[in-house]
Amino acid sequence: MKISLDNVVKTFDTFRAVHGVSLEIESGELVALLGPSGSGKTTILRMVAGLEYADGGQIYFGDEDATDIPVRDRGVGFVFQHYALFPHMTVAENIAFGMKVSKVKRSGEAIRERVRELLDLVQLSGLGERFPGQISGGQRQRVALARALAVDPRVLLLDEPFGALDANVRRDLRRWLRKIHDDLGITTLFVTHDQEEALDLADRVVILDKGRIVQQGTPEDVCRSPHDAFVMRFLGDANALPATVRNGKAYVQDVEFDAAGLADGSAEVLFRPADVAWREDGQGVPAQIVRVLDRPDSRRVLAKTTGGQSIEFDTAPEFPHRKGEAGFIDIRRPRVYASGRS
Amino acid sequence: MKRRVLPGLPLSLGITLVYAAIIIVLPLIALVFKAASLGPADYWRIVTSDRAVASYVVTVSCALAATLFNVVFGMALAWVLVRYRFPGRRIIDALVDLPFALPTAVAGISLTTLFAVNGWFGGPLSALGIKVAYTPLGIMIAMAFTSLPFVVRTVQPVLEELDPALEEAAQTLGGSDLSIFARVVLPLLTPALLAGVSLSFARSLGEFGAIIFIAGNQPFETEITALLAFIRLEEYDYPASAAIASVMLIAAFVMLAVTNIMQARALRYTVRN
Repeated sequence: MKISLDNVVKTFDTFRAVHGVSLEIESGELVALLGPSGSGKTTILRMVAGLEYADGGQIYFGDEDATDIPVRDRGVGFVFQHYALFPHMTVAENIAFGMKVSKVKRSGEAIRERVRELLDLVQLSGLGERFPGQISGGQRQRVALARALAVDPRVLLLDEPFGALDANVRRDLRRWLRKIHDDLGITTLFVTHDQEEALDLADRVVILDKGRIVQQGTPEDVCRSPHDAFVMRFLGDANALPATVRNGKAYVQDVEFDAAGLADGSAEVLFRPADVAWREDGQGVPAQIVRVLDRPDSRRVLAKTTGGQSIEFDTAPEFPHRKGEAGFIDIRRPRVYASGRS
Repeated sequence: MKRRVLPGLPLSLGITLVYAAIIIVLPLIALVFKAASLGPADYWRIVTSDRAVASYVVTVSCALAATLFNVVFGMALAWVLVRYRFPGRRIIDALVDLPFALPTAVAGISLTTLFAVNGWFGGPLSALGIKVAYTPLGIMIAMAFTSLPFVVRTVQPVLEELDPALEEAAQTLGGSDLSIFARVVLPLLTPALLAGVSLSFARSLGEFGAIIFIAGNQPFETEITALLAFIRLEEYDYPASAAIASVMLIAAFVMLAVTNIMQARALRYTVRN
């Protein structure tokens, strides 16, 4: 089922959470809404579900205008951040809930059969008689997914689905969710503030800031060509050096960077920690090493440019230089953005 | 003895136990001893006398009716106070505690004045043929008035803590308002509701001050057990009074045990394995 949002607006009291967002999610696609807290991503998800009504704009499921369809008739599967399992029901009863309250009557045997199938799907066979309080967080999240899938939803919506879990469990569940999505082919929209999760899992990433879409595209698109400094910073560690643009060139302490198309004035040069080479002499911005941190697979160097800017970069574990040494940072893949919005 | 991190166990436990012994256990033991000073035959004769049995029937049936009323009305009140924001909400919230704060005799006299045949409520009601003052209905109203806060105050915090995502989840799964209330909200409120019910019922069984003014106190009709015990006391028949009181005591214990078992059952999902 294709989902379209057309200029959707939501205001809470005086706070505008979502400013005219338009978005298309193709049938069978897995899309991530990525943004910092307060970016409106959860509000958008809740409007698609019908848990909030849009103040303006339209939401379509296929060709049907779903804007005013109440949540219980909208046919969405929703997985909540903290699972929202019914604590007084067993795992099996939780999964069966949607089928029991449905207008479509099913026989007890049909419900039991479907619950068995779903327990198999989420790899929790044998745990049907446990209560949610008796299973682990990762298992609870899988029960929540099974419960959402039990009613054969037209779309699957997940709100920070792995936010409350350990890093390891999170990675496993991510791969597993991707597999389930590929097997079932259900249109899926999920919300996260974790860029790694979004890039790992989604076909397409929609990056939001302050209630607006700032960029959308495949993980490759958004990683390789971030539209602005916000996206660049939000997707991962980034260093920034203030620069001045003159005649299509940006200058950081006399070091020249290409800045074609940028108006003269102040700008920022952004680059990833991995895109720096340390030189003892020659080209680059002059800097001094402040600290060297060791990590399992690399060394992270904290340095300060002679202009007083702190920067961080990653080097091979064999990096021989020590605190206090002076040299030059040679920046690969720099990105120059006009100052202002960040 | 094991070393403890938290200080003050011997002192606080000592004070608590002494206090509990003097204030709670000692009077109960005295009561049991006084009742036991009667022989078994006399005891049985007194507690099963027609007048005593009639008083049990009046007390228990009125207390049941009052508690049932409080379950419905108290839960509705708690629901409204927690779920909605409206002008005057805080005043109503404060008013809920009034029956606790008001001397029960004052409550009894006010209710009697209101529900007497020439009172504000009693007048119109008697025109409809409903008599409240000096009938079991009056007893029921007095009981309901004094025990209402128990249900509201036990249900309210649980309702406040109820995760709204549970109801939202039930909605996304297609549940109607009624089925969400019956299958999700009510079962989660049940333990608190049971606690409120048992307190409300216990209070109703033992209520005295508010009732004697409105009840009319006719033996076999509107005489409650607490009053009968009091009458025996006035007649200096202490053992008989203690015997009747012991029946109330046993009833209270049985009821607490039953509600505890029911609560444990309702909370069995919280037991980790």
